[in-house]
Amino acid sequence: MNDRLYKLSRTSPESTDLAQTAQEMASTTRRDFLKTLGTACVAIAIAPVAEKLSVAEAAKTENTPAERDWSKHKWGMAIDVEKCIGCGHCVVACKEENGVPKEPFYFRTWIERYQQFGDETVVDSPNGGYDGFPPETERAERLDKAFFVPKLCNACEHSPCVQVCPVGATFETPDGAVLVDPDYCIGCRYCIQACPYGTRFLNPITGVADKCTLCYHRIHNGQQPACVENCPTGARLFGDLKDQDGPLNQFLREHKIHVLKPHLNTYPKVFYSGIDKEVR
Amino acid sequence: MEHVSHLYEALERVVGFIYPNEVEAHWSVLIVLYPYLTGLVAGAFILASLERVFNVRAVRPTYRLALLTALAFLIIAPLPLLSHLSKPWRFWEILVTPHLTSAMAMFGFVYMWYLMVVLLLEIWFDYRRDFVIWSQQTTGFKRFFYKVLTLGVTDVSEKAIRFDEAAVKTITMIGIPSAFLLHGYVGFIFGSIKANPWWSSVLMPVIFLFSAIVSGIALVLLIYLISNKIRRVPQNMECLDTLGRYLLYIFIIDFALEGLDVIQRTYTAEESFDIIYALVHGHLFATHVVMQLILGTFVPLALLGWIQFGKVSAPARVRIYWLSSVLTLIGIFFMRWNVVIGGQLFSKSLRGFTTYKVELIGWEGGLMALSQAILPVLILIFLIKFLPPWQEHPVTDRAH
Repeated sequence: MNDRLYKLSRTSPESTDLAQTAQEMASTTRRDFLKTLGTACVAIAIAPVAEKLSVAEAAKTENTPAERDWSKHKWGMAIDVEKCIGCGHCVVACKEENGVPKEPFYFRTWIERYQQFGDETVVDSPNGGYDGFPPETERAERLDKAFFVPKLCNACEHSPCVQVCPVGATFETPDGAVLVDPDYCIGCRYCIQACPYGTRFLNPITGVADKCTLCYHRIHNGQQPACVENCPTGARLFGDLKDQDGPLNQFLREHKIHVLKPHLNTYPKVFYSGIDKEVR
Repeated sequence: MEHVSHLYEALERVVGFIYPNEVEAHWSVLIVLYPYLTGLVAGAFILASLERVFNVRAVRPTYRLALLTALAFLIIAPLPLLSHLSKPWRFWEILVTPHLTSAMAMFGFVYMWYLMVVLLLEIWFDYRRDFVIWSQQTTGFKRFFYKVLTLGVTDVSEKAIRFDEAAVKTITMIGIPSAFLLHGYVGFIFGSIKANPWWSSVLMPVIFLFSAIVSGIALVLLIYLISNKIRRVPQNMECLDTLGRYLLYIFIIDFALEGLDVIQRTYTAEESFDIIYALVHGHLFATHVVMQLILGTFVPLALLGWIQFGKVSAPARVRIYWLSSVLTLIGIFFMRWNVVIGGQLFSKSLRGFTTYKVELIGWEGGLMALSQAILPVLILIFLIKFLPPWQEHPVTDRAH
């Protein structure tokens, strides 16, 4: 288990970019090649130092990833809907960080806009909010309220996707993330059908199920998930649910919290503050 | 861009709000075919068991035909599932590293059990005496072929034949719950997806099971009609009438179960009711209301019922059986379509619809599905040629 977690926490973002890298390498000129070679030599030379620095950062609180006690944490996220401005920075950051295809059919995270015009609720998410949202001009005077809701994998405690995967390629880590092992996934898409939140997709490059990992490779290096780090308003708060005095638990205590589709008993670890009954 | 161009087209036809990852229907026409084929297998087998376990002598001419039909369709049943996987060469992981909480992981085991233990064994015991006789009467390759099939057991004494018959009966009795398991579990694959209100129903496995029996009887009825025509043998009206009667009875149960599901959904009218109502009356109107309900259910039910109550001449009855079996097979295919494709047309946001269009060419296209639907028929022709199932004269065939 530890080996599998370690491998995924180190390699998941790069693996999605393999095809792209291969293409780029094929079109490299001699000058580019020498440049790349030089850079690579320098990188290799300083890599141990860089890695030590990064690990040292994480090691302030923990030992090295390979020896880490994975069950000491329970990662979760809180989303303060009142702070979300629908800028789409999180969506862009997620796609860049995790090599998610740019086409508007593949999202590890996206933003929905809810607009209330009298009794009518209009929901949209053009390109998942990647480019932000065009202002509502035609019916602006009738608009009663509007808000943005970021969506991502709910990292369910009882994950329907984990339950249905026929080969165990989708699994829950001891620290509460739900991951896909790309070496085992057979691409049957049963997990995609089972996810009530629509957060999974079949990656057209790798041909396996793909989803938000809570940026597992980053959080195990002591960093924040890319979406959290790039949110200009702090609408997303990532943290450890086992850390009772941590900022996440503090936020959960101080706000009225909802989870999505609670009737399905999936026990999400993504918590929303300030959402409306219209949000599903 | 090439690989997602069809998704841009689909995106233009999206209605309302769907989650952005939902533009693509992930389970294609191949996944429609998969429960259809396994249903035919289970249904054909249960029909065969009528004669062997429940002593319905009238359907005896279809006993072996039903077994061979079940075998031919079972051999191909995993193919659509396999070719649908985006990593098909990893399919063996289901058997080697199965995840025991997954209904789909059970497929490999249920399939192997059904093919290896139930069907092949039953067919072997039933045909063993014939293998011995044919291996003596034929020459050349055929002689070798039948000799291999006897597996070296050449005893055709009264005692050995009686053992064979007892074995067939025992296997059939084990086979009936196995057939129920095979198709009930296919229904469970869908019924257990709580994220999808169109699928999530405890009745789903039962509905799948009864519709499987309906489709299996209709298929064997149709094959029997066709084979008699090809062999220029007069239609056996007693057999046809009995098959027709069983088809009607099981169809009524199936229809009642599906009706119950609809009534219950309408009466409780849960959160998802609005979107399901819109689905059935809009996107699925042609396939659900027209093809499945009217053409595939009401018409055959009315025709088969008419035979029971009215005085219909034999030639007219034969024509009705032709028509009813074809319509029933079409109806059950569309039932599978409506479940598999219908369940993916509406968003889990319950606010919008996407679309699904069968591509003609391609790994998961219409031609692929068609060829996989024709393959079992070709296998059946081969099986019938080498293992003739005709038992028009039971007295000379076997002492019962």
